[in-house]
Amino acid sequence: MTLEGRISLITGAAQGIGKEIALELARAGSDIAVADILFDKAEETAREIEALKRKAKAYHMDVSDTDEVHQTVNQIAEDFSKIDILVNNAGITRDSLLIRMKREDWDKVLSINLTGVFNCTQAVLRWMLKQRFGRIVNIASVVGLMGNAGQSNYAASKAAIIGFSKSIAREIASRGITVNVIAPGYIDTPMTQRLPNEVKKGFLNQIPIPRLGLPQDIAKGTAFLVSDDAEYITGQVLNINGGMYM
Amino acid sequence: MSIEEKVKTIIINQLGVDEGEITPEASFIDDLGADSLDTVELVMAFEDAFKIDIPDEDAEKIIRVKDAIDYLKAQAKEQ
Ligand SMILES: NC(=O)c1ccc[n+]([C@@H]2O[C@H](COP(=O)([O-])OP(=O)(O)OC[C@H]3O[C@@H](n4cnc5c(N)ncnc54)[C@H](O)[C@@H]3O)[C@@H](O)[C@H]2O)c1
Repeated sequence: MTLEGRISLITGAAQGIGKEIALELARAGSDIAVADILFDKAEETAREIEALKRKAKAYHMDVSDTDEVHQTVNQIAEDFSKIDILVNNAGITRDSLLIRMKREDWDKVLSINLTGVFNCTQAVLRWMLKQRFGRIVNIASVVGLMGNAGQSNYAASKAAIIGFSKSIAREIASRGITVNVIAPGYIDTPMTQRLPNEVKKGFLNQIPIPRLGLPQDIAKGTAFLVSDDAEYITGQVLNINGGMYM
Repeated sequence: MSIEEKVKTIIINQLGVDEGEITPEASFIDDLGADSLDTVELVMAFEDAFKIDIPDEDAEKIIRVKDAIDYLKAQAKEQ
């Protein structure tokens, strides 16, 4: 197993893509810190990981709360004795056309999707720098590359993650730490299950590989980027989108 | 271990330099080959080893080996 002995922190791992990433990294041998604002569901994820014979623990952590992030990350490093892998997956949408968008919906999306990545990366970096090893994967979106009507706040946050990641990748490449981005296409999760049917159909028509993406598709890509095999890959954006954007 | 020795050991480990290069006047960046991230890591290592918090405005003034030793000695006295 390629991730044996590794400790991974995954944000937003109570459900959807984050949960599948947590399970996939556990299958590859990693122990997992499951962080989310949905604590009960995070505990369910942790129990499923334990069933795979890996150590797991759930943490309440709101990624937009800088103090809570720093405290939780220190607690995790204490509980697991180190942190090797960070997957910044927590994210939300608050869709509306710009002309109608409320300032609060703009702020909320930026503070979780973008400031959340800043908070978690900064907190974890201290541990990774010390051990001169780390793998960071940030989950952006195809929408950050293509744009999408009704998602200007979300697209802005996801595009910003890419610039952030490339800069950090340069800052810490000499310390054995890689930083990459995965830009998922349209993935079947609670986030997208809420969309109206005609919107879903519209998306499907844009995808050359004729199916929805699955959390598993993103989890497999993540497992590769955090493995030792990917040590020469940094600052990249891996598109996993069925060809929706090339 | 004296403060000087402790500081020297940390510098050797952190910057991978030889003990002989570490004179009091040696500048971390100009003489010991540190880059800006190295200097941040060095301060983090001092913080861990001496169990103190070094605020950014103090860290900025730690430029030479002797700055580190003087600062850490002063902190030790305060404690
Ligand atoms: N589903 C898609 O089609 C799709 C496409 C591209 C990118 N993404 C991205 O993938 C990531 C996961 O999305 P998903 O589809 O699994 O969504 P989801 O809504 O099913 O899951 C997101 C998880 O993040 C958690 N979360 C929300 N706010 C949080 C906060 N402040 N702190 C900590 N956790 C928080 C939620 O509780 C939830 O468990 C998101 O970043 C999303 O933007 C999803």
